[in-house]
Amino acid sequence: MVEGSTTPRTNVNDTHPHPRVGDPPVTPELVADHGLSPEEYARVLAVMGREPTFTELGVFSAMWSEHCGYKNSKRLLRLLPTEAPWVIQGPGENAGVIDIGGGYALAFKIESHNHPSAVEPYQGAATGVGGILRDIFTMGARPIAVLDSLRFGDLDSPRVRYLFSGVVAGVGDYGNCVGIPNIGGEVAFDHGYEGNPIVNAMCLGLMKKEDLITASASGVGNTLMAVGARTGRDGIHGATFASEELSQDSDEASRPQVQVGDPFTEKLLLEASLELIASGVITGIQDMGAAGITSSASEMAGRAGNGVEIDMALVPVREPGMTPYEILLSESQERMLVVAEKGREDDVRRILEKWELEAAVIGRVTDDGRFRVLESGTVVADIPALPLTQGCPTYEREGRESDEVTASRAIDLSAHAEPTGDLTDLFLKMLGSPNIASKRWIYHQYDTTVRTATVARPGGDAGVVRIRGTRLAVAATTDCNGRLVYLHPRRGTLAAMAEAARNLVCVGALPTAITNNLNFGNPLKPHIYYQFREAVRAMADACRAFETPVTGGNVSFYNETDGRAIYPTPVVGMVGVVEDVDQITGLAFRNEGDAVVLLGRNTDELGGSEYVYVTAGLVAGEPPDVDLIAERSLQQAVLAMIRTGAITSAHDCSDGGLACALAESALGSGDAPVGVDIEIDDDLPPVAVLFGEAQGRVLVSCPGDRVGEVLAVAEDHGVPARRIGTVGPQGGEVRVRVRGASVSVPVDRLRDVWIGALPGIMDAPQVSEA
Amino acid sequence: MKVAVITFPGSNCDYDLYKAVQQVGGEATFVWHRERGLADFDVVMLPGGFSYGDYLRAGAIARLSPVMEDVVAFARGGGPVLGVCNGFQILCEAGLLPGALVKNASLRFESRDVRLRVENSETLFTTDYDVGRILRIPIAHGDGNYEADDDTLERLEGEGRVVFRYVDATGAATPEANPNGSLNNIAGIVNEGGNVLGLMPHPERSMEALLGSDDGVGVFTSLMKSLASSTTSGTQ
Repeated sequence: MVEGSTTPRTNVNDTHPHPRVGDPPVTPELVADHGLSPEEYARVLAVMGREPTFTELGVFSAMWSEHCGYKNSKRLLRLLPTEAPWVIQGPGENAGVIDIGGGYALAFKIESHNHPSAVEPYQGAATGVGGILRDIFTMGARPIAVLDSLRFGDLDSPRVRYLFSGVVAGVGDYGNCVGIPNIGGEVAFDHGYEGNPIVNAMCLGLMKKEDLITASASGVGNTLMAVGARTGRDGIHGATFASEELSQDSDEASRPQVQVGDPFTEKLLLEASLELIASGVITGIQDMGAAGITSSASEMAGRAGNGVEIDMALVPVREPGMTPYEILLSESQERMLVVAEKGREDDVRRILEKWELEAAVIGRVTDDGRFRVLESGTVVADIPALPLTQGCPTYEREGRESDEVTASRAIDLSAHAEPTGDLTDLFLKMLGSPNIASKRWIYHQYDTTVRTATVARPGGDAGVVRIRGTRLAVAATTDCNGRLVYLHPRRGTLAAMAEAARNLVCVGALPTAITNNLNFGNPLKPHIYYQFREAVRAMADACRAFETPVTGGNVSFYNETDGRAIYPTPVVGMVGVVEDVDQITGLAFRNEGDAVVLLGRNTDELGGSEYVYVTAGLVAGEPPDVDLIAERSLQQAVLAMIRTGAITSAHDCSDGGLACALAESALGSGDAPVGVDIEIDDDLPPVAVLFGEAQGRVLVSCPGDRVGEVLAVAEDHGVPARRIGTVGPQGGEVRVRVRGASVSVPVDRLRDVWIGALPGIMDAPQVSEA
Repeated sequence: MKVAVITFPGSNCDYDLYKAVQQVGGEATFVWHRERGLADFDVVMLPGGFSYGDYLRAGAIARLSPVMEDVVAFARGGGPVLGVCNGFQILCEAGLLPGALVKNASLRFESRDVRLRVENSETLFTTDYDVGRILRIPIAHGDGNYEADDDTLERLEGEGRVVFRYVDATGAATPEANPNGSLNNIAGIVNEGGNVLGLMPHPERSMEALLGSDDGVGVFTSLMKSLASSTTSGTQ
């Protein structure tokens, strides 16, 4: 079962550290409290050749936690394609990096902060943004955009509203203060996330290709320096905490494991780090993120094949009396570990001082391959670095689908397909659902225009940032519909990949690479491991089909409260390149009289749809299948239409189906909504045509005299296409007629429902508790 | 036009101002807040951002930075000073502009495009606009709610020192068009001498149609022209 990746070494010259006064004895109970199984502890003993001290146990606990060690995911993650000619840096570094042309490289990554956000939403979310920014600028790239992918329970719960408003404020305040525009993301509300919100933050950074720097402790004799904020007692064992399920009691008890963010220090650290990298005085830099100094120092040593020696007495701390154990495992924010060229330490200090930050020498790079920790010169931990960072046992678990899911999928939805006649009220109900409604309430709290590069702001299919001085732009999106993954892990994951790619092509970007955030429950449960395995396999297939390799990401397991897991949510963060910034297309209908053309085919499917959730509170049925070849052809057809300037708008058709996609294109940003007149005579149940969520569809509009050209491009790519209607005047009527039913409503009324939904829930006067 | 863009720890719109100045043909230089001496510059600009993290109160710590003594002297000597967003807050804290910017009425950060009506086209910063023109420019702030006592407000209005006001599409200064609760929908004001302008919206972000609007260009071209004419007429 256990895979041995490294042969344990024993070294007769080991310095056997003695237990510190006051350290508890290492007992089986203490080992269990540290999240290590008896088998894993046996591996620790083999690696060490002796019993570890309390301090060493803490180090193993963090490094071999799920969060740092990927013990239940690593084997499956190997299935994901990670290479392509344009990939400069694949998984294993702080962030992935791709070549985007023009001498520029794009660093990008997504990361979760689910557990902290469940306990303390504002700080949990804020520090999630802080962490992902550091992952980007430690590659030598300047952060140019963030996106956030969020999931919450239904908003009728006061606690969910508290989590939602706290997370949005936390994401916003941190990015706003550092000055990085938020260009998009997604949010979904479903009772499946009631106890465990999902908070994933993605960041994009830009650099000249030659400015890439990695996180490795190279150059024996070089100096290790701690820079940035001081180390405090916050976030101790955050990595281990993130590797456990939550319970009702997690709220109070876990708060000390949540870090506190300081975006002002982050901004200074960002500028100082980029200046350090540009100055050439350092050879490596890494964020002290999960598992703090322990992981940053040992991983940097491991990557370079070297050792490190650090003295805890030299680490600047916030309060006296911190033990080596606490300093090693603290997750205080806004700290970096840098490797300075020997003799250039004062240059490092000078740069940090300009930015009013501290830099302290805490150790050096050694040639003995050991992760050695001292306390005022006395050895308190001495562990071989490679087994510590690479030797975490990895597992392949038993996986099988739960009966509950099998049953949910088998539920017959045909009764839900019956409504006919005037379905306008239903249409308005869909548009007012928080999942479909305008997300303005969220992104009006995010600075979206700072850095003067945002070409497409949140609210569209994908965010777009131009690269100043070139014709290039980069686009990014995050996608995943957890309901579909819950009902059918493979189809749901393919759908997430397909939707992400459609979102990118709809703005005019070629999908180029992805980062993933795999949010799941407890992998030791067979039905969860099954979801994970199916999702990773599907993602690998879609990455190959779309030529979008994975350059990094994050696995977040144990998203469970009181034994109940979230929907499996493998969030896809996809980036794309726009060759000519002038060709960027939006989702909004632009001109009265333009033809509306539907690419793709409607189907008789309601499985996993928002319609079934809104009308019946059900997450049920067989989700629509995804044809990867057809999706790829559709992507290429849309890009071809945009590049020839044939179309004036393009919009992915997904949540809420065709009717909601039409409404969104008519509403645009909400500032100047237009009418639209549509007629579709498919021999299908009307609600399936209006609200079914068949994959592989994109809604485009074009001048009337270019319809023939659009249809011809579609035919060339083998994509079904037909004209379904015409764009109406500003303030006109949104009218959709299908066989047996219709909806008809003035767009201004639609707008009020769509824009007013979230404020109506979140800003409604609350009953005071006099 | 030689422009000093003052950078405080936590400024984050310094780069955007720098680029805006360059775009209209000006020469921009970053001046770190600990540097001294602004004699070589024609204009001083205080950028947006979160100087000192907005700790204590927005702009309250930045105004104590060494360079601010020079900024105050530059302004008192009649030199043009533009403060955007956090820069506006710092100018109020430094006493170069009256009133104060407090938390938005919504108690939330507000980020979006707003409409501004140009109320005075005779300031150094607005000659390229017509009075009554409606501009579309983004805001992005948590503390942009302009407050002043009644006397100050009366003087500002009476002396035409309210330069920009939040309005709706028809040009009306309605409560709905006011994004932050500012008194009289005030978005930007000048000092008595007319040489110091503070505003919450970001003209430096509205320099290109590609990014949504180029309505902010006029602030920078107006400054260029005002400086050129004052030099030729020898009034400086």
